[in-house]
Amino acid sequence: MTPALPFVLPQWLITVAILLAVVGLAAVLIWVERRALGIWQDRWGPNRVWFLGIGQVAADMIKIFMKDDWVPPFADRAVFVIAPSIVMITILLAVAVVPFTPELTIAGDWNIGVLFFLGMTSLAVYSVMLGGWSSNSKYAMLGTLRASAQSISYEVFMGLALLGVVIQTGSFSLKDIVLAQQDLWFVVPQALGFLIFMIAGLAETHRLPLDLPEAEHELTAGFHTEYSGMKFGMFFVGEYVAVVLVSAMLTTLFFGGWLGPTFGFWFMPIVWFAAKTGAFILFFVLLRAAIPRPRFDQFMGFGWKVLLPLSLLNVVVTGAIVVGKGS
Amino acid sequence: MSLLFYTAGGIAVAATALAVSRPHPIRALLYLIVSLLAAAGVMLALGAPFAAALEVMVYAGAIMVLFVFVVMLLNLAPGADARERGWLAPANWIGPAGLSGLLLLELVHAFGGGSAAAGGAEVSAKQVGIALFGPYLLGVELGSMLLLAGLVAAYHLGHRHTIRLEARDIARAHAHHVEVKEHPR
Repeated sequence: MTPALPFVLPQWLITVAILLAVVGLAAVLIWVERRALGIWQDRWGPNRVWFLGIGQVAADMIKIFMKDDWVPPFADRAVFVIAPSIVMITILLAVAVVPFTPELTIAGDWNIGVLFFLGMTSLAVYSVMLGGWSSNSKYAMLGTLRASAQSISYEVFMGLALLGVVIQTGSFSLKDIVLAQQDLWFVVPQALGFLIFMIAGLAETHRLPLDLPEAEHELTAGFHTEYSGMKFGMFFVGEYVAVVLVSAMLTTLFFGGWLGPTFGFWFMPIVWFAAKTGAFILFFVLLRAAIPRPRFDQFMGFGWKVLLPLSLLNVVVTGAIVVGKGS
Repeated sequence: MSLLFYTAGGIAVAATALAVSRPHPIRALLYLIVSLLAAAGVMLALGAPFAAALEVMVYAGAIMVLFVFVVMLLNLAPGADARERGWLAPANWIGPAGLSGLLLLELVHAFGGGSAAAGGAEVSAKQVGIALFGPYLLGVELGSMLLLAGLVAAYHLGHRHTIRLEARDIARAHAHHVEVKEHPR
């Protein structure tokens, strides 16, 4: 059993703490990623500013705030300004349904938690679409077309991959999903769903190797070509928040969330969740260091021709087994 | 909950009105998206979280993305703005608006009479599923047949074109290749 916290926190404090923790983690990830990439590529990465170079986060922040925040005269001004904030808002809202521990959560036991997560990630597409369209530039437009096609397609496989877990649990609530993994983590019976969800999650965050919407050697910087200053910073940090979210969801859905040996300590569930999520974040960085970018048409073809049939098969087989066991 | 209902309802009405009256196509679509999200809020307030989640995922998150996608692809020039403004001349909308106003009066009257009171228990996702695959199974199956027909038709329309193109290209390439081989210059 999970030991309860030795103190009771008011809900508003938990909410603020989760918000600050996630955004703070996303900011630190900028340094973590550069440092880890450096080490995996036999170089040092940013190691000069303060201890181990961690002051680089503050330096980068100051730099990005001081930059000229320029709105191109040919852009659609209102939409151009709104677009970057959409990704932050939707992804942070999706974090609300993640149960970090049974107590430390905003809406972890909401009975449509999984659907809320899917809904918010599908709304995040608007950020990229509107950003690219309002820039009124060819590279941004091409990046936007790719981003929309990629996101709409991979959302489908993401939802289908989740269905296996939902069928086995019999609930859309993420807390119930974690509690259903007390005997066996879902990564074992749902290994296929896990792989599909991970690929689709990576595609949804538009990160290397699947960052085709920005693909700098073909499209300059893709959908955010015309962005600068803190507006670009929003897209940039939003991507890291999305990485945190997808890692937390992988932990919750397939790796037992906060579950693990507690040795009777109240803080162990938090440690387990943080350790599992951190491992996934580092794995995403390793993917970036290890795998080159696929070609866009091959990537889309792979989605519809391989992932779709596999995820449907996963749903059918899981459903059949659950029904067979029940009767 | 009634505060959520009235706020979301007010936003939905305002956003829908703006979606109809904005001449700029993308702006109008953005208001339509807001209106759909507000409708999801209304459903949530009425105790239908599953329907609300579907509204966000399917309508706001998927169908409207395709709408925006197509409008972006067409990239309507600033000229489209002016043309739409012309369409919004009072002569064009006063008739339908008046008739809709009458319907609205009727609706307000019906609400005033106290009939069709909303409220009741919250409907969970499981209950929706049981209802869909229980008494309404036939409707679900008919709907899926319709979707399948649409899918097959779309596949057919998209596919034939590609094959024809490919066959022609292959034939041309082949002929060229043979010709070059037989008459080297």
